Amino acid sequence: MVEITFRIKRQDPADKKNPEFHWEEYKVPFEGNLTVLEALFYIQEHYDGALCFRYCCRASICGSCAMYINGAYRLACQTNIKHLDIVHDAVPVVSVSPMPHVPLVKDLVVDMDDFFAKYEYIEPWLIRNSADPEKEIAQSPKDRKNLDMPIDCILCGCCYSSCPSVWGEENYLGPAALLKAYRFEVDSRDEARKERLPLFDNERGVYRCHTIMNCQEACPKELSPTEGIQWLKKAAVRRRLFGRLK
Amino acid sequence: MIHHDVIVVGGGLSGLRAAIEAKRAGVDVAILSQVHPGRSHSGAAQGGINAALGNHPDGHDDTWEKHAFDTTKGGDYLGDQDAIMKMTQDAIRVIYEMDHWGCPFSRYEDGRITQRPFGGAGFPRCCYGADKTGHYLLHTLVEQAYKFGVKLYVEQYVSKLIVHDGVCQGVIAYDMIRGGFESFTAHAVVIATGGSGRIYSNSTNALINTGGGMALAYHAGVPLKDMEFIQFHPTGLFTTNILMTEGARGEGGYLLNGKGERYMEKYAPKFMELAPRDIVARAGQTEINEGRGINGQPYVWLDLRHLGAEKILERLPGIRDLAIHFEGVDPIEEPIPVVPSQHYTMGGIDTNFDGATPMPGLYAAGECACVSVHGANRLGGNSLLETIVFGRRSGADVVRYLEGLGERKPPNARTADADLRTMEDKVSALANAKATEDAYKLRNEMADITRYHFGVFRDEPTMKTGLDKLLDVKARSKNVGLRVSGGVFNLDMIRTLDLESMIDVALCMASGALNRTESRGAHFRTDFNKRNDAEWLKHTLAYYRPGEAGPRLDFKPVTLGIFEPQERVY
Repeated sequence: MVEITFRIKRQDPADKKNPEFHWEEYKVPFEGNLTVLEALFYIQEHYDGALCFRYCCRASICGSCAMYINGAYRLACQTNIKHLDIVHDAVPVVSVSPMPHVPLVKDLVVDMDDFFAKYEYIEPWLIRNSADPEKEIAQSPKDRKNLDMPIDCILCGCCYSSCPSVWGEENYLGPAALLKAYRFEVDSRDEARKERLPLFDNERGVYRCHTIMNCQEACPKELSPTEGIQWLKKAAVRRRLFGRLK
Repeated sequence: MIHHDVIVVGGGLSGLRAAIEAKRAGVDVAILSQVHPGRSHSGAAQGGINAALGNHPDGHDDTWEKHAFDTTKGGDYLGDQDAIMKMTQDAIRVIYEMDHWGCPFSRYEDGRITQRPFGGAGFPRCCYGADKTGHYLLHTLVEQAYKFGVKLYVEQYVSKLIVHDGVCQGVIAYDMIRGGFESFTAHAVVIATGGSGRIYSNSTNALINTGGGMALAYHAGVPLKDMEFIQFHPTGLFTTNILMTEGARGEGGYLLNGKGERYMEKYAPKFMELAPRDIVARAGQTEINEGRGINGQPYVWLDLRHLGAEKILERLPGIRDLAIHFEGVDPIEEPIPVVPSQHYTMGGIDTNFDGATPMPGLYAAGECACVSVHGANRLGGNSLLETIVFGRRSGADVVRYLEGLGERKPPNARTADADLRTMEDKVSALANAKATEDAYKLRNEMADITRYHFGVFRDEPTMKTGLDKLLDVKARSKNVGLRVSGGVFNLDMIRTLDLESMIDVALCMASGALNRTESRGAHFRTDFNKRNDAEWLKHTLAYYRPGEAGPRLDFKPVTLGIFEPQERVY
C-alpha cells in the first residue's frame, strides 16, 4: 500500500520548553479518496493526540479547515490527495501548515479574532430605512444575480491570509470583510446611503487594495473579492467626485 | 464565573434565532458555540425551507393547513398535531422575516421568492436559494446576531449543565482557544446543538454532530424522546455520504437502478422520486439488497443529465461542486453514485412547542429537540423551518419565563463552583487513568454497530445483538483515558468526552428501536412490518439511569385531534 508522508508544521507558542515551530513527518496509508482532513484525523488518532486543527462539515461549506497545503491555500476537507499529483512521486509528500500571516493559536489553528472583528466593523447586515412590506421585498432575478458571487463566501480566511496589503497594514479590513460590504451594497433590498460607505471609504478600506489578486487565486470557492472591492472603490470615488451616493 | 441572563448553547440557526429573539426583548443573552456560528452545520442544508407562500405557479391553492397535513402524514402520525399547526402557520412569517433580514432567496420574474417541489409535499412549497439555502439562512442570522449585539463566546465546548434544586442555572464549558474550564451561570439555558448523526458511521452530518447537547440534558435527568426514529437520506454520495439534496429530485432528477429502471415506480407510483424520504430510502436499499445496484455494487444512481447544464448550473451548482470534488463525477456528464445515508435525528430532548423541557430553566430547539413536529419521519424542507420557528418560539418563551421569575435570585454560586470542580476532576481522572481501551477505536466500533444493526431495515435478532454490542462498548469505555491533558484546542479531550455522550445517545436510540414492535415512518422492522396504532401511537421517553448501562423507557401520548390517522400511500 502506498504511504503518503505528511509534513506538518507544528508549534505551541505556550510551550515554554519549545515555543518555536518545527516540522514533523507522519506516514499515512493512502486509499481511495483520502482527503487532507482525513489524514489529519488519522495522525491525531494514531500518532499524536495533541495535533490541533479546525474541522466541522467535511464538505467544504463551513470554512473551518482552511490551511496552506503544498504551496496553496486550500480547505483540508476538499483536498483529495489524488488531485495533488504527488501519488506517483518516489516519496509522495504533502506539506501542511497553518494559514500564514495570521496569529497562531497552536499547530494548524490560527487566531481569527481580527478577521471577525473586521467583518463586524463593516456592518455586515442588510440596512433598511423604510418599513418592511407584509410579504417579501421584491427583487428581480437580475438584481438577485448580483449577489451570486459574494454570498458564496464561507469566511474561511484564505483571501485574508493571502493578501500582501493585509500583511503590510494590520488595520486594513482585507478582502473578506470588503467582499461582505460589497454583498450588501449591491443588494437591491439594501437601503444604506451613508451608513456603510464611510466604513470602507477610508484609510482602512478599499484604497489599500492594489489589485494583486492573490485573494482571487486563494479562494477555495473561486470567488473574486477583488471584483467586489473595485466596485466599492468606484462607488467611493464617485461619491468623492460627484457627491453621489450609489 | 461568568453570568448572562440567558445562555444559548450552539450557534446554528436555532441558537441564533433564539438568541436574537431574547436579545430583541432586551434580555442579556450569550451564545456559546463549539465553532464560530457561521461554521455551524445548519449551513450544510441545501434544498430549502417549507412555507405555504403559494408563489409557485402550481402552488396557488396551497395553505399552511395543507402543509400541516403533509407534515403529519409524512411523519406517520407520530407528530404532535398542535405543534405542527404552529410550525406551518409560523412558517410564512418567518420566511418573510428572513427575507427582510437579507436572506438571498432565488427569485421569480415578479420578484417573489422561488419555491420547488419537495418530498411528500402536496404543493411546491420549498423556498430556496439555489441549493445552498442553509448557508444563506445561516449567514443571514449570523449577520443579524452581530447587528443585535448578541454576545458570542466562540469555540467553547460545553460539557455539563449546572443544575441547582432541579432548576437549570448555567453550563460548564472548556474554552478551546484559551484553555481551561469555566462556569457560565444563567437564569435560563437553551440547548441548540443540532443532531447526533455521528453516532452512525454513514452519516451526512458534520463531524461535530455528536449529540452532545442531547446528552447534556439526558445526563441531567431530562428525557430524550422518540430517539429510535433516525432518518436515512436516499441520496448521500457513495464514498463519503455527503448530502446530495432532495432538491435534485425536486428539479426533476431520476433515481435509477443497475437495470436503468426508475425504480420508484414500484414503490410510490404517484409521487415517484418525491415520496417521503423513508420510503425512497427503503426503495434504494431494497434495490441494493436485491442485487440491482449499479454493476452489482452497493449503490444506485441519481441521474440529473436530462436536466441540462443550464438548469444544473443555476439551481444545483453546490451539489455539482460536491460531486466533482468528493466523488469525481460531474452530474452534467454522468449519473451520481448514491446510497441511503444517516441524515437526521427525529427524536431529541423532550420539549413542548415553546421549547420548554420538563426542567425549569432549560429549553431546547432545533434538531437536538423533539417537539415533536416530524413524528416518525421528517419531510425535506421542514428541518430548516423547525430551527427558525422553534428557535424563535424558545427565545420568546425564555423571555416570558424570566418575567415570570419576578425578582431574580442570582444563580447559586456554590453549585456552579461544585459543578466546575466535578468537571475538572473528571478530566484529571481521565488524564491520570491507566487506559486499556482506545477511545477512537471504541467510537468507530459504536458507529459501525449503529449503522449495521439499526439501519434502514431492522429486526429483533439484529437489533438485540447490536444492543448487546453497544452495552459492551459502553462497559469498555470506562477504561479510556486521555493522551493529552490540558492546553488549548485539546481535540483529544473533546473527542474522548464526546464518546460517553455518543454511546449514551446511541443506547437511547437502540433501546427505543428494539422496544418498538411496529413499523412507523423511518423505523421499519421486517418482523413487525405494519404500523400498530392501537399499541404504538405514542412517544417513547428515554430517561438516564446513573450507574446503569441503558435508559429507562417510558411513554407519553401523541397530541391528535386534527387529522385522523390513515394509511400512508404515495
